[in-house]
Amino acid sequence: MQLVLTEEQELLAKTAGDWVREHSPVTRVRQLRDTNDPTGFSRPLWKQMAELGWVGIVFPEQYGGAGMGYADLAVVLEALGRTLAPEPFLSTVLLGGQALLVGGSDAQKKAWLPGLCEGGKLLALAQQEPKSRHDLFRVATRARPDGTGFRLEGEKIQVLDAQVADALLVVARSSGGERDAAGLTLFLVPRDAAGLRVTPQTRIDHRNAALVRLDGVRVGADAVVGAIGQGGALLQQVVDCATVGLCAEMLGATSQVFDDTLHYLKTRIQFGVPIGSFQALKHRAARVFMEIELARSAVMAVARAADAGDADFEKLVSLAKARCSDAFVLAANEAVQMFGGVGMTDEYDVGFYLKRARVAEMTFGDAAWHRERYARLGGY
Amino acid sequence: MADLESFREDVRQWLAANAPKSLVGMTGGDLEGNWGGRKATYPNPDMKRWLELCAARGFTAPEWPREYGGGGLSREETKVLRQELARAKLPPPLIGFGLTMIGPTLLMFGDEEQKKEHLPKICRGEIRWCQGYSEPGAGSDLAGLQTRAVLDGDHYILNGQKIWTSYADLCDWQFCLVRTDPNAKKQEGISFILFDMETPGVSVKPIKLISGSSPFCETFLTDVRVPVKNVVSKVNNGWTVAKALLAHERTMIADAFGSAAGGGKSRGFTALARDYLDFEDGTLADASLRHRIAQVEMDARAFLLTTQRARDAAKAGHAPGTESSIFKVYGTELNQRRLEVMLSIAGPQALGWEGAGFDERELDLTRQWLRSRANTIEGGTSEVQLNIIAKRVLGLPD
Repeated sequence: MQLVLTEEQELLAKTAGDWVREHSPVTRVRQLRDTNDPTGFSRPLWKQMAELGWVGIVFPEQYGGAGMGYADLAVVLEALGRTLAPEPFLSTVLLGGQALLVGGSDAQKKAWLPGLCEGGKLLALAQQEPKSRHDLFRVATRARPDGTGFRLEGEKIQVLDAQVADALLVVARSSGGERDAAGLTLFLVPRDAAGLRVTPQTRIDHRNAALVRLDGVRVGADAVVGAIGQGGALLQQVVDCATVGLCAEMLGATSQVFDDTLHYLKTRIQFGVPIGSFQALKHRAARVFMEIELARSAVMAVARAADAGDADFEKLVSLAKARCSDAFVLAANEAVQMFGGVGMTDEYDVGFYLKRARVAEMTFGDAAWHRERYARLGGY
Repeated sequence: MADLESFREDVRQWLAANAPKSLVGMTGGDLEGNWGGRKATYPNPDMKRWLELCAARGFTAPEWPREYGGGGLSREETKVLRQELARAKLPPPLIGFGLTMIGPTLLMFGDEEQKKEHLPKICRGEIRWCQGYSEPGAGSDLAGLQTRAVLDGDHYILNGQKIWTSYADLCDWQFCLVRTDPNAKKQEGISFILFDMETPGVSVKPIKLISGSSPFCETFLTDVRVPVKNVVSKVNNGWTVAKALLAHERTMIADAFGSAAGGGKSRGFTALARDYLDFEDGTLADASLRHRIAQVEMDARAFLLTTQRARDAAKAGHAPGTESSIFKVYGTELNQRRLEVMLSIAGPQALGWEGAGFDERELDLTRQWLRSRANTIEGGTSEVQLNIIAKRVLGLPD
């Protein structure tokens, strides 16, 4: 594993960085929020990202993808993360798309992946429940046999992009008790299925998320993704890979809010001097910088481990998510403190990063949860 | 690459034929091993033989030019050599400030005569070096040093006091910062000079530390006559030389503590935990300690990945990145946190100073912990390092 960008990745980083500066400033996120935009992101820009090859970057060429890896995707997501771009990478590419790619039948892949890579079809993964917190396997939603198919009954919360998705991958329990890892099955359910109700939620970061209520939703046997009762392993693998993408996005956002802070420290004058000349602030800034450097190493390592199928992958996922969670929260908290009063105003962008940091921290397990997992994987 | 593999084969055969069997398994940390020098003692004579054998092959300073006693090896070959030593569980033949600090500095700043005089003796482990930097009144403000060097014909006369001179009582030569121009701006009146510790007027007094050991000394200089030709680089250019050497020192410290935290010694973590703590269903029962262990192990892993990133970037031909600036601060703080957690694991058994009721591992752990408190002070305090990061890397104003 080489922890250095290849020439192609350097170029990709530059292209993505330039594109983000031109098309995706933070003001775009503000505007989507202030206008209560029902889509929650920009479909034209999503289309452009598809044309640039980013949406399909980790999908095989036979489905219209670029056949590249997570190390490449991470470069793009880091650039997009810098300005908090809200496009549906997590839901469509990393969760729904990967679940189909890894677990789906030939027919399911052919039906969905080419349209996805073109920037058309959108997917969501309905996993989280009121009581599940960070536990992927704590699923109360039931799948009961019904003729040749199933009936789904349950409630999902904070499902990313459910309100815009064309179909949802629903995690349901086909056997076993509420906390068993075994007995989970994934189902591909069209959003307009009878008995499926999607209610948009508003979270602090104003990205798309929704409540999903399943009242006896009928699905055929062909809706099953992967093997019946063995969805737990598939779910874990997909969420681990999605976590790699989320970490890259967090690294970008963390770097940007820190850069903004540094700029402020150099330009804000108090007591007749730039406040960045005060040692109390210098040391705090240097400590944030160290955390970001360590987070970057972890992200580069885990993305490469994902591509290489490294045996240590799960530990590296937890390492990266714990570090990125801590670093992002620290950098955002420190940004608000160092900006002072204006950091608390809605007019400044700092608050957007502070809010996104908390949401990202809680997505796919927070730092404490991943430290616990790291210990468990380490045998203690 | 084929050349590299044949080099590996050569090294492997040479080690199999020559390495003393009694040394196998003696792969101590970077700060433990054979320091060489006139006063070296060898309880195991194979240590001395191993040094001589390696020195003859240029393996004590593999990357230095052959003409100065080095091995003339490339960076890649040196890496192979290290890998093979590790594979054979053999200790490095020689360690010390000659190899890690003054040697690289002489290669960069020394004149031909100085290089020919000193480097081969370093490579052969004949001369052990110490560092005369800090003074009672010049710690973090190193450039405020007051030790005077006054010209007298073809000699300088040195008067003053150095402190925290590591192992000065065991060393043969000192590289030293002295004030040659008291009227210049403080950084511009300093020279970098070398002298033999046996020169009349040099006296050394060990300082006993809280850990009970005395790795540091005071060095008193009273009318010490040192030839002018022992000045490295130009007179009054010592600060430039001193800073370059400090960079070597900080790399060495960061490497040592980083590898201690993340490498071999951290495997001791779980072993220690199993000896002192209760497990339930394969899980450490004390959840708070489990989290502290995980935190340190994860920090160590991220730190090692960051040192790897710096190496990989260098190999790919990139200029040193900003990441390397964090090694000294983070590596030393990490080592301290590692030992704090180990202390918590051992509990009351970590309170022993000596004698009955405490075993050797416990006593060693306690002394290591006490010693580690110096890590964030020596070689530039963490606060000075944070200032450097803020200024040089983050561009924050003075």
